Amino acid sequence: MKSLLIAASVCVGMASVGLAADKPNELKIGITTFMSGPASVFGVPGKASAELIIEEWNRKGGIGGVPVKLFFVDEGAGTQAMLAEYRRLVQEEKVDVMLASISSGNCQVVAPLAEDLKVLDYMWDCSTQRIFEEGKYRYVYRPQSYGTPEMLSTVLYVLRKRPDLKTIAVVNQDYAWGRDSWQLFSTALKVLKPDVTVVAELFPKFGAADYSTEISRLQALHPDVVLSTAWGGDLDTLVRQANQRGLMQQSLFVLPLVESSLERLGNDLPEGVIAGARGDNYFLNPEYKDKPDFKAFVDAFRKKTNAYPIYPVFHMAQSLFALRNAYEKAMVANGGQWPSREQVADATKGITTEAYSRPITIREDGQGLADQLLGTTKRDPKYNFAVMDDIAVYPAEKISTPVGKMSVEWLKTLEPSILNMQVPTYKHPM
Amino acid sequence: MTSQLVLIALLDGIAYAALVFIVSVGLTLIFGVLRVLNIAHGSLYAVGAYTAASFGIWIAAAKISPWLSYPTLAIAAAIVGITLGSAIERLLLQRIYDKEEVLQLLATFAVFMILDDAQRLIWGVQPYFAATPLRLLGNVQIGAVTYTVYQIVLLPVVAVAVLVGLRFYLRYATSGRVILAVAEDREAARAIGINVSRVYLTTFIIGAVLAALGGSLASPTTSILPGMGTDMLVLSFAVAASAGLGRIEGAAITALLIGLGRSVAVYWAPELDVLVPYLIMTLVLLVRPQTFQSRRI
Amino acid sequence: MNVRGLAGLILAALVVAAIGMWLPWTRTFLIIAMSKGLAALGIVVLLRAGQVSFGHAMFFAAAAYAAGFVSRALGGADIAVMLLAGIAAATLLGLVVGMFVVRYRQIFFGMLNLALSMVLYSVLDKFFNITGGSDGLRIRRPSMFGLVLDRNDFDLALVFVSITLSLGATIAVLVYFASPLGQALRAMKSNETRLEYIGVSARLVLLTSYIISAASSAAGGVLLAALQGLASPSFSYWIQSGEFVFIAILGGAAYPVGAFVGAFIFEGVRIYASAFANDIWELILGLVIVVIILFAPRGVVGLAVQMATRSKGVSRSDATGVMAGVTPAAGDSRQ
Repeated sequence: MKSLLIAASVCVGMASVGLAADKPNELKIGITTFMSGPASVFGVPGKASAELIIEEWNRKGGIGGVPVKLFFVDEGAGTQAMLAEYRRLVQEEKVDVMLASISSGNCQVVAPLAEDLKVLDYMWDCSTQRIFEEGKYRYVYRPQSYGTPEMLSTVLYVLRKRPDLKTIAVVNQDYAWGRDSWQLFSTALKVLKPDVTVVAELFPKFGAADYSTEISRLQALHPDVVLSTAWGGDLDTLVRQANQRGLMQQSLFVLPLVESSLERLGNDLPEGVIAGARGDNYFLNPEYKDKPDFKAFVDAFRKKTNAYPIYPVFHMAQSLFALRNAYEKAMVANGGQWPSREQVADATKGITTEAYSRPITIREDGQGLADQLLGTTKRDPKYNFAVMDDIAVYPAEKISTPVGKMSVEWLKTLEPSILNMQVPTYKHPM
Repeated sequence: MTSQLVLIALLDGIAYAALVFIVSVGLTLIFGVLRVLNIAHGSLYAVGAYTAASFGIWIAAAKISPWLSYPTLAIAAAIVGITLGSAIERLLLQRIYDKEEVLQLLATFAVFMILDDAQRLIWGVQPYFAATPLRLLGNVQIGAVTYTVYQIVLLPVVAVAVLVGLRFYLRYATSGRVILAVAEDREAARAIGINVSRVYLTTFIIGAVLAALGGSLASPTTSILPGMGTDMLVLSFAVAASAGLGRIEGAAITALLIGLGRSVAVYWAPELDVLVPYLIMTLVLLVRPQTFQSRRI
Repeated sequence: MNVRGLAGLILAALVVAAIGMWLPWTRTFLIIAMSKGLAALGIVVLLRAGQVSFGHAMFFAAAAYAAGFVSRALGGADIAVMLLAGIAAATLLGLVVGMFVVRYRQIFFGMLNLALSMVLYSVLDKFFNITGGSDGLRIRRPSMFGLVLDRNDFDLALVFVSITLSLGATIAVLVYFASPLGQALRAMKSNETRLEYIGVSARLVLLTSYIISAASSAAGGVLLAALQGLASPSFSYWIQSGEFVFIAILGGAAYPVGAFVGAFIFEGVRIYASAFANDIWELILGLVIVVIILFAPRGVVGLAVQMATRSKGVSRSDATGVMAGVTPAAGDSRQ
């Protein structure tokens, strides 16, 4: 009898251990990023960031004691190819987590697919506000900034610098982000400064290599402000061509994503351009640049890639750190056992992550709240590229859409008093 | 205001039309003589651009006179056109002249695919930017708009030079007239002792050099990326087809029309700008098929 | 068509079904290969008349988007509805386009198709508010003949649907080739004038084949869109058309089943070569097709048939049987 009882309890014990998953040999993470084409100047640093961080974590055992293996998918091969490879990684390679994507267009297709395949997906870089406003997700999260606070903070900063603004033109890439970002920006602008006229809305093709015609048109129309939410190689080309022909001296350029192009553009980016960083991501972030682990990260990245980190690099860190936090939180809730995908997914809600920028909290609809840093370009002989001056950092809670509301509708209800928002400002130390 | 917009549209269209003409005249010449539609033309354009950019970057790094970047544009085109052109013609095309049309088309498509990967393997996938030839010539102000001299003077001048030079060569130089003879009647030409095989090679090389020249001239104006050949290729098809395959002056006029059409569209109906070349091509093919069918060069 | 050939086709279909059932991670690959195979089948049909269309991607795209619009209008549709809508729309387009296009031959035929497909591409790419622009049109996962399935079952069901469509299309095309209209198609290739002399309208013959080829490409387009949940403008780009021609010749343009053989090889190389090194799949496929064009212009299936006849010493018509009818079309020297 006694031996039977012992045997039974051993069986039950083993069964309960079996119920909680054993720690796997490795934690597989698939990452989609642009590794070819004009956006690769943006996507390849993101890849380097992941490699740098994971290499260091693996030295110390990985996540929850499990080493991490990375798989990369090229968004530059086109959405169809990316989707096929995404599925292959999830279904054949059996990755545990996907980090997808950079392109807002790709995110919109990937989010429902991830939910369908029941794989945890952190949208590590795309910005469109639509995803969590148009659907509910259990497996998809965005541990980084998104379009609404980015565009709203840009409007606030622009109106502070140019309160007498009369005419504006937009040159955005013709895809989800280009269209959505303009809708957000123009809605906010119309509410806060109703007498502004939009003189041109130009949407050149994503990946267009030539903006000559757009530049000619803008020169003829002579707007006070030219806005472009372009990024990567497209933005580089636009700036170079516009600068060559003098357009950047005629109109005030507002480039909310240009932090990622500062170093590449070198002397081709003039002073006085309003610059954004999709969050408070900047290698000279005034609130973080003197902190030891921030400096160590910037130096390590520079050593690895010969360039300063740009915001995709920080975004990658934000997602990876959030993932680690989620795993740790899920394991604690699970009594130390390795968590299931669902447990990690559910644990992601509510976590706060501080990864080389102000802390980002992920709220219950899956969206992260990231404070926004904006500045004006300035020359500093210490660097052979433009740096940011007159920096202002806007708090996320005051400029993000409340949960359950649609951004465009919410922006229409803004009060003009928001223009008086007091925020910390910093000058660039020469 | 409208007349100013028309002027602006014209000037924008000219640079674009010049490049498209240079590429498509090579395509149309090759078809007129060899009866092969060279899909690899797009790759020759891209490789020409990459090579010119590499030269430009090397010149800048070696700190020698930036004015040397101009001759390197022509040198890059020559190198690419002659080496790749002869390689393609001798190694592949020569063996398939007697094969079915679909197989010939597919063969040049295969070369296009091979060269596409070769570009990525050699030059990588990040964009290249080598704008020195554009910068050096400076700007010119016309009305409210500032243009680069490179785009509204140099490119059209080179395009006109190509047009005139090609016509002179074909009409007055012996080897040029031999090419015309082969285009008109291959068997008769062979019967009077012309080395048709050599004529094919020469013609293909000329076409290839022109494609590469289009690419190298385009390289200072834009960022050079993998896949830059594909759009230019189908555009040159549109021009060559609308002009009548094999017609040189026609190609010039059509390139101008399509270039102007596109920049005008950007001003009045930006949604339609990419549509314009293909609409023109479709309309020409439907309405005036004789244009397309006549093969006199 | 003989029994052996039919049995062979059914066996092949069963093998594909078995692979899809037991190896779940191959399902995406199988569906993509069959969808491209259906499109390449359309090219094979036209090649029988000696014409090559460099713009058949327009039907592939038109069907995908039509299915997507219907799905959007209904708030989510069934796969049967999507297939019906897509194939009907693209076939109608094929009729309208075909009426203009069949007046042309050879390069001109190819170029006009190219032009039209690029017009469609530009429209799909630019009209962001209607078509989703370059991001494409998102399509909600359809129900399967009334059943709402989870992802894995859906993929398997889609494999079966693809197999059914592919098998059905192949048999239909073979029947068509053996029919008087199909024979007239071959006659067009050898001597069109003589065909007209005996009172058969060449244009009508070509138009029939054009509509059939459009329908086949359409089926492929709907399948891919249903799998990916997306219809993109690239479905209509000229390179996609080129791929279909490539696949048809690779497999063997004389043989309807060659379209599928070519598609499996093409997609196999693309997916699995890309997993190793991103920049070699085009190189590999380019070299393969050059070798095929120079040394085995009848394609992989043609090569297999050749080897089968040689080794078995069997009469040619017996072995090729269902596959070719009389003599293969592509690979003959030019008239």
